[in-house]
Amino acid sequence: MDYEAVIGMEVHVEINSKSKVFCSCPTDFHAPPNTNVCPICLGMPGALPVLNRDMVNKSIAVGLALGCKISRWSKMDRKNYFYPDLAKNYQISQYDLPLCDNGALEIEVDGGSKRIGITRAHMEEDTARNTHALGGGQSGIDFNRSGVPLLEIVTEPDIRSAREAHAYLTALKQILQYLDVSDCNMEEGSLRAEANISLRPKGHAEFGVKTEVKNVASFSGVQKAIEFEIARQEQVLRSGGVIIQETRGWDADRGITFSQRKKESAHDYRYFPEPDLPPIVVDDAWEQRIRHQLPELPMARKQRLEAQYGLSGYDAHVITLSRNFADYYEKVVASGADPKKAANWLTVELQALLSEAKAEITACRVAPDALAALLKLIDTGEINGKIAKEVLAEMFTSGQSPDSIVQEKGLNQISDTGAIEDAVKQVIGASPNQVAQYKEGKEKVFGYFVGQVMKATQGKGNPQLVNEILRRELGR
Amino acid sequence: MTLDWHWKSAREIRDAVQSGAVSALDVTEAYLRRIDAVEDKVDAYTQRWNDTARSMATKVDEKVRRGETAGPLAGVPVALKELLCTRTGKTTCASKMLENFRSPYDATVVRRLEEADAVFLGKVNMDEFAMGSSTENSAIKPTRNPWNLRCVPGGSSGGSAAAVSAGECALSLGSDTGGSIRQPACLCGCVGIKPTYGRVSRYGLVAFASSLDQVGPLTRTVEDAALTLNVICGRDAMDATSADLPVPDFTAALTGDIRGLRIGLPKEYFTDALSDQMREKIEAAIEVFRDHGATIVDVSLPCSEYAIAVYYIICTAEASANLARFDGVRYGFRHPEAKTMQEMYVMSKSAAFGPEVRRRIMLGTYVLSSGYYDAYYLKAQKVRRLIKKDFDAAFEQCDVIAGPTSPTPSFEFGAKSDNPLEMYLSDIYTISVNLATLPGMSVPCGLTEAGLPVGLQLMARPFEEETLLRAAHFYEQNRGFDMGRPPVA
Ligand SMILES: [Zn+2]
Repeated sequence: MDYEAVIGMEVHVEINSKSKVFCSCPTDFHAPPNTNVCPICLGMPGALPVLNRDMVNKSIAVGLALGCKISRWSKMDRKNYFYPDLAKNYQISQYDLPLCDNGALEIEVDGGSKRIGITRAHMEEDTARNTHALGGGQSGIDFNRSGVPLLEIVTEPDIRSAREAHAYLTALKQILQYLDVSDCNMEEGSLRAEANISLRPKGHAEFGVKTEVKNVASFSGVQKAIEFEIARQEQVLRSGGVIIQETRGWDADRGITFSQRKKESAHDYRYFPEPDLPPIVVDDAWEQRIRHQLPELPMARKQRLEAQYGLSGYDAHVITLSRNFADYYEKVVASGADPKKAANWLTVELQALLSEAKAEITACRVAPDALAALLKLIDTGEINGKIAKEVLAEMFTSGQSPDSIVQEKGLNQISDTGAIEDAVKQVIGASPNQVAQYKEGKEKVFGYFVGQVMKATQGKGNPQLVNEILRRELGR
Repeated sequence: MTLDWHWKSAREIRDAVQSGAVSALDVTEAYLRRIDAVEDKVDAYTQRWNDTARSMATKVDEKVRRGETAGPLAGVPVALKELLCTRTGKTTCASKMLENFRSPYDATVVRRLEEADAVFLGKVNMDEFAMGSSTENSAIKPTRNPWNLRCVPGGSSGGSAAAVSAGECALSLGSDTGGSIRQPACLCGCVGIKPTYGRVSRYGLVAFASSLDQVGPLTRTVEDAALTLNVICGRDAMDATSADLPVPDFTAALTGDIRGLRIGLPKEYFTDALSDQMREKIEAAIEVFRDHGATIVDVSLPCSEYAIAVYYIICTAEASANLARFDGVRYGFRHPEAKTMQEMYVMSKSAAFGPEVRRRIMLGTYVLSSGYYDAYYLKAQKVRRLIKKDFDAAFEQCDVIAGPTSPTPSFEFGAKSDNPLEMYLSDIYTISVNLATLPGMSVPCGLTEAGLPVGLQLMARPFEEETLLRAAHFYEQNRGFDMGRPPVA
C-alpha cells in the first residue's frame, strides 16, 4: 500500500507597518528591551486598542494578491489563554470572520504548476518575548514585540510533498516581498511557518491523524522537517502503530522532529468578539483603491519578461524571484543592454558577488546603468568577458564606473595583430611537445595554447584574434 | 459665607471663580474642611489629594488673576472613582490586586476635567472592579449613606454618590455598567447620568464589561450634570468605540419647556417587584410632567424579564477576559509564596480578588467555554438585540421612558450581601439601558417615610442626552419640594 502525504501550512507574517497594530509604538524590536512600549501594548489597566489602518490596507493587499475574497464585514476577537508573554492574557485575533478568505496561490514545482488553496488570512497581534537567560533563575519579558502586527495565512490541505511545501513558501514570500508588506526574515521571526502533516493510503479521501511541526528557522528546514515527518509517520503506520495528534518541534542539528505537546493539553481559547473594536467594514471603494495600488505580481511579471525580452523560463524565474532584482534587471535593459546578456550577467556574475557578500541587490554599489555600460565595453570589443568579470568585481567593491576602471588599470583588450603574433610565436617556440601532439591530431591541446597566449597577454588578448592567429601559425 | 461653598452647585462655584468673586483655593479649602468634618462618618474617600487639590486650585486662581478665561469647571472640586486611571495617587479599583498600583497615564476624562480647570480632591470608594450594588464589595472599606449611616450608598459608584450627597465634593465621576451611576445616585439622593455608549471615552477607565461600561457624572443638580457632560463627552482617538459625533452645549437643552414631550411608562417596570413607597414617589413625579403639558403613554418592553440573565452572561464573559491581565506578572499583587508560573497565576488571583470578582470571573469563563458558548453567550447576544428592539419600538411612541431607578430605597449593611441573586435584582431597572446602549439618568424624586431618597429614572434614544437633561431639569425645577440635605453633620 502506498501512502500519500496531506499537508497544510500556517504562516505568520509580520506586517511592516511603522507602528504596532493597536497602538502607536514603533515596530522595531531591535531596540533595547521594553523601550518601544506603552500602556496599550503592555496591557495596562484602562488601555484600549485602536486598529492600525495601514495594517488593514496591507492585509487587504495580501488577500487580493492571493486571490482571496475580502470580507465586507469582519471583526476582531479575543483569544483567551494565560502566558506571561501575552500582555492582556488574551490575544486580539480574528476567529470566525477573517478579513480575507477563499483564495489560491499558484506554485511551480517539478516543472509543472499547482494551485494551493488559501483558506483564510487574518489579522492579529504578536506576543512579547520571554528570555530565561538572565541568570539566577530569573526570566525576563521584552514587550517590544508585543502588539507587532501579524497576518496569519492558512492553506487548504492541498500540499502533497515537502518540495511543494517549499515551493509554496517560496512563492508566498515572493508575493509578500513584491507587495512590500514584510521583510519575511525567518531567522528574525518575521515569517514563521507551521506545517500540519498527515498520511493516508493513496486514493483514500479521508484524512489521517495529523501532527503539527513548529519552530523551524528556514524554508529548507521546513522541507527537511516535513520529509522527516512523512518518513516517520509512514514507518509508524507500516509497523501497525497509530499517529498521535500533537505538536512537534524540529531539531535542525539532529535532523529530527520531536514531540512537544500532546493535543489533550490543548487550550479552550474561549473566543468571543472583541468589544473594544468596532467591526471592520471594507466597502467596494476601499477594496478597489488597494487593488489599483497592487504592483505587478511575480507570476505576471515572469510571463511578461519571457515575452518582452525573450528570456528563458528559467532566467525569468530567477530574475523575478525578488521584486528588487527584477526592477534592477529592467533598469539595466532600459539603459541599453542586450536583454539576454543582461540576464546572464545578472543571474550569474552579479548574483555570485552578492551571495558572497551576503548583500541585497538594493545595497549593490553597481548601478544598473553602470552594468549596462560594462556590457557595452564587451560588445565593442574594448574588453573581453574574462576581464569584464574582474572589472565587475572592482565595480562591486569600489562603486567606480567600468570605463574608469578599464582606463586606470589598462585593461583594454589587445587587438593589435602584431603583439598577438609575437606572443603566439613565443608560445609555439617554447612548447615543442605540445606542437607535436597537436600535429598528431590532438585537438584538445589547442586549449593549452590559448591559455598560454592569454597568460602572455595578461588576459587582454582579443580571444577571436588569438584563435585565428594560433590556427594559422600552428599550420592548419 | 465661605462655609457654605460645599453646598453650592458646580455652576455657582464655576461662575464665582471665573469672575474672581471667590478664589478656587478658598473653595477648595472649604471642601477640605467639609471632608474633615464628615468623612469619618461617610468614608467616601479612599485617597485624599489635599496638596494636589491646593496646587490645582492655585493654578486656576493664577489664570484668573492673569485675566485669562478659566475653564468651564474652573475651581470646581471633583472626586474621581477609584477605577479611573490617574498619574496622581493610586488607581486601586478598590481591590487588593491593585492596592499599590500607580497608573502611568491619566484617563481621557480625567485629562478633560483637568483641562477644564476642575480641582481634584481625591478618589472615592466603589465595589471592587465595579462589581456590586452597595460598595460593600470594596476591599478598602465600606462607605455609608449620608442619609442614614446604617445604610449602604448603593454601588458600584457608592463613594462618588456619597461624596456628592454629603457635600464632600461638588461633583464626582462614576462609571455605569449596569446601573453603577444611577442606582447609587438614586440611593444617595443625587443626580446621576449614564451617557449613551460611545458618548464618553473609556480610555483609562479600568474595564469591567467593555460593551457596557460608560463614564458619567454624579452631581447635585441637573445643570451640573449638563456642565460636566460638556467637558467629558466627545470623540477620543484612543477609544475606537467613542462616537465621532459633535457635542452640543448640553446646558442649552435646559429650557424648562416640556410641552409636547411624550413620556412612556413601561408596564414591566411597575410590577410587584417595585416597593410601594417607591411606586408612590415615581407616580407623583409622572404627575408633575402630566400637569405641565407632557403626554404620558403606556409602552411595553417585553424582553425586560430577560435583562438580568442577559446582563450577567455578557458582563461576566467580558469581565473574565478584561480581568485576566491582573496576573501579578507586570504589575499588581503577586503572591510571595508562588513557586511556579501556574502558582503565580492561581495564588495571586485567589488571594487578591474578592469573592464577587472571583464569582464573576468564573461565571464568565464558564459561559464562554467550548460547548456552552452557544447556549449562553451567543443566546444572550441575541436577546440583547431583542431588548434593543423593544426600546426602538417604544421610542416610536415616546421621547423619554420614565420609571424607577431602583426597586427599593437604600438598605442596611449586610441585608443582601449574603445573597448575590437578590443583590443582582438591585439593577433590574437600570441594566437594560446599558444593554441597549442608551443614555439613562436618575433624578431625586423624594424621600421615603424613613427619610431615604427615591430616584426617578429617565431614558432616551441613543445620543439624545439633551432630551433627557431637558426632562430631568424640568422636573427638578417643578417637583414642588426641596430634597433637603442629608442629616450627616
Ligand atoms: Zn504600544
